[in-house]
Amino acid sequence: MKRTVLLIVVVAGLTGCGNVEPWVKPYERQNFADPIMAPDRDPVATSYLNHVFEAREGARGALGSHGGGCGCN
Amino acid sequence: MRPTRVLALLPALALAGPAGAAVLPEDRADVLYHRYDGGGVTIDGPSLLVRKKFAEKYSVSANYYVDMVSSASIDVVTTASPYTETRTQASLAVDMLNGKTQYSASYTNSDESDYTANSASFDVSQDLFGDLTTVSFGFSQGWDEVRRNGDDSFAEDVDRRSYRLGVSQIATPTLMLGFGFETITDEGFLNNPYRSVRYLDPDSPAGFAFQPEVYPSTRTSNAAALSARYFLPYRASVHGEYRFFTDTWGIDAHTLTAGYTHPIGKQWILETGVRWYDQSAADFYSDLFPRADAQNFLARDKELATFTSLMLSLGATYELPRSGLKFLERSTINLFYDRIRFEYDDFRDIREGGVPGTEPLYSFDADVIRLFFSGWF
Repeated sequence: MKRTVLLIVVVAGLTGCGNVEPWVKPYERQNFADPIMAPDRDPVATSYLNHVFEAREGARGALGSHGGGCGCN
Repeated sequence: MRPTRVLALLPALALAGPAGAAVLPEDRADVLYHRYDGGGVTIDGPSLLVRKKFAEKYSVSANYYVDMVSSASIDVVTTASPYTETRTQASLAVDMLNGKTQYSASYTNSDESDYTANSASFDVSQDLFGDLTTVSFGFSQGWDEVRRNGDDSFAEDVDRRSYRLGVSQIATPTLMLGFGFETITDEGFLNNPYRSVRYLDPDSPAGFAFQPEVYPSTRTSNAAALSARYFLPYRASVHGEYRFFTDTWGIDAHTLTAGYTHPIGKQWILETGVRWYDQSAADFYSDLFPRADAQNFLARDKELATFTSLMLSLGATYELPRSGLKFLERSTINLFYDRIRFEYDDFRDIREGGVPGTEPLYSFDADVIRLFFSGWF
């Protein structure tokens, strides 16, 4: 019974997702086409800086874009 | 020797990143010169990227990257000899667009005299909810070989895996939000075959001696990041990000980033930013162990120490006038400068001498330059 209820909830949820009315209309999104709003305007430059961080710091990951290699010591 | 951590596992998104699905990245070429100078280490070299679409459905990109390293870092001058060497890295990536779904695959090889890293990545991103939301996930597998110069009998392997998830959300006509999560696992020879730890030794004239470091053979880390980017009323933007990191070696880290981007006319984009980073030390890190073989695992890598860094950034992009090169739609020249201050809480500058364990704490400044030309065609 519980599984049936869960299935109904999940299916209803997914069906509902398909009908979500976009609250920001396509014609209201011109700001996101502006280069100054790009999350990663220059991937090569960002990748290099992330490489510097990952080579010098203990933390890693979830950087949005990633670098490679090391050059640490 | 460099590989405190070799990260060739993770290059996929540098080339293929599905930051915004349903649109393939633009055709462009970048020629970048990079330079890092700090703490006795100078690393510079080029990075070249070319990306081209085919049949409006595929995009192929290739990246060639070189690090030319000249190191007389504090680690090197206190326990070894200064060195120079070169690392080269080559990547190839393919993106495919199918409706609102983008698939990305890439392969990277990184090679230097004592370290080879290969990795393969696969990422998928999907636009949802009227294209207000983009969900992406990805997986990478890396295979590294660690060697030791001057010792042909030494060769060890490392396997690396990365699992990542991302969501970007248009919240209002002026606000974009982002969330990212990544788990990375490593297994194999994870320490540096050259680096040593320091321990108290009454029989030594200096009062201390060195022995090779010993790391665990596994490491798992989790990182989660939240970001926001806001379009200001007068055409400029601000952005901020917070990342939390934790791993099975006992390191917790916090990263806070903020930036401001300001265009001037149609030709200039100026930007400035600040980044603050703070981490705790690994459980098995110590600047000075009480005796030889004091515990199972031993590290004195300053990247595993307790430290804080602060980075200040300046950048300028200039859109060049249309040239006689008809195939170039537009082109820019870009200069970014970052200054980073590293301050360590439990890593001491033993060049200064004195009673072991009371030497001054180590700190240094680094200058990072990125100068590049970008052309769209």
